[in-house]
Amino acid sequence: MSGHLYKENSLAGLIHHEHKISVAKCYQCGKCSAGCPVNTEMDFPPSMVLRMLQTEDPELEEKLLHAFSIWMCVTCEMCYGRCPMEIDIPKIMDFLRQKSLEQGKVNPKAKRIVKFHKAFLDSVKHTGRVSELGIIADYKMRSFAFTQDVMLAPKMIRRGKLHLIPEMIKDRSMVKKLFKKTINKKENPL
Amino acid sequence: MRIGLYPGCSLTGSSREYKESVVVVAKALGIILEEVPDWNCCGATAAHNLNHELALALPTRILALAEQAGFDKLVIPCAACYSRLTITQDELNNNPELKAKIIAHLGMDFKGTMVIQNAIQFIQDDILPILPAKITKPFDYKVACYYGCLLVRPHGILKFDRPEDPQTMDAVISAIGGTPIEWAFKNECCGAAMSIARTDVVGKLSGNIVKDAVDRGAEAIIVACPMCHSNLDMRRPNINKAMGEKFEQPVIYITQAIGLAIGLSPKELGLQRHFVAVNLPEKKVVETIMEEK
Repeated sequence: MSGHLYKENSLAGLIHHEHKISVAKCYQCGKCSAGCPVNTEMDFPPSMVLRMLQTEDPELEEKLLHAFSIWMCVTCEMCYGRCPMEIDIPKIMDFLRQKSLEQGKVNPKAKRIVKFHKAFLDSVKHTGRVSELGIIADYKMRSFAFTQDVMLAPKMIRRGKLHLIPEMIKDRSMVKKLFKKTINKKENPL
Repeated sequence: MRIGLYPGCSLTGSSREYKESVVVVAKALGIILEEVPDWNCCGATAAHNLNHELALALPTRILALAEQAGFDKLVIPCAACYSRLTITQDELNNNPELKAKIIAHLGMDFKGTMVIQNAIQFIQDDILPILPAKITKPFDYKVACYYGCLLVRPHGILKFDRPEDPQTMDAVISAIGGTPIEWAFKNECCGAAMSIARTDVVGKLSGNIVKDAVDRGAEAIIVACPMCHSNLDMRRPNINKAMGEKFEQPVIYITQAIGLAIGLSPKELGLQRHFVAVNLPEKKVVETIMEEK
């Protein structure tokens, strides 16, 4: 069904152009939504996301970029695993998240989730690896979730599970360069 | 045969006992694992959630370093790292334009030919054939083998085991004298990356997994993924709260189970690092075998 014609600049059209995924293949069987472990947390379950993309209606596309669903998705790949048409839904979710972030349309309920991802990537950018203590501290600063998990860190330290000094790779400049080359600051304020 | 090891960040920190057990078991069986020099983080969930090219560039550097080191294959015990590196290599090999772009960002040679194996594939290929003669303390417990998401999905790319009702870890458990149970949550999601931002969701999802395993008589849950382990072990208070029950069954890495079966000490295998204490009862069969010796 790659012969399906999409509007050039619709989300479905971009997904087809950039990732060779055709949302028109979806016939709404609903297996993705049934198997999704976080479907009850979502405003639009996966099959509805697919249906909204199929319409190529700018109003519905706007709703999708503002949706909580795309951030609640845990990319467990269950939907993809069970899709009879083998539509790579997790990759569509990745695409929608990146667009939502670039256009400043992140759902307010998802701000904490995005802050966690950003704290994670910041650690990678500066040390080449993830410092778990670093990202928890950074995340708390960003999200003001100071009291959450305060008891966990000392327990992890007792078990030798937290590095007090972050591990650093030698070629940190290379990793920084990769961030610079792949992330356009203006479009993607990470 | 030179075998590379990509531990990834979790295995040096919150899941260090996973790496310790992989390395100590391999060593006991005479297998040398060489760590990828100067490896970086694969970007995990965060990178592919926020930026497609970054999510490809980070794993490509690791694969390029592994190629440069001349490894015949690369073992990746962390299921998330395994998933990211495998998906990256597949995506770039199927998209020459994108591959050229990422290589240009990187400024390193990258062929895209590395054989990538998860912990279970490594066990199947290199450990199981020499294991039977080494077993001194059969791991005679009823256990639930928990695969989670990223070891078995997406099947089209990973081509490992079955996406529904996988069997490979169950076979390893049988080989070391254990009894894998039939249960319903083998490949369900534990909540993974939501561990910190949405702890409530993790409590519920991981709770369903632990409850089903325990209800069906599992004495322990066996895993091969650091996120599955953190969520089922470290998040046990959240699980107990979400389910309104108190579960005491431990969560053990497959390599720790093998280590116990070949007589390595719990300490070498890092069992003391778990949040849920590993107090597996000594089995009669173990004693009789010891007496016969």
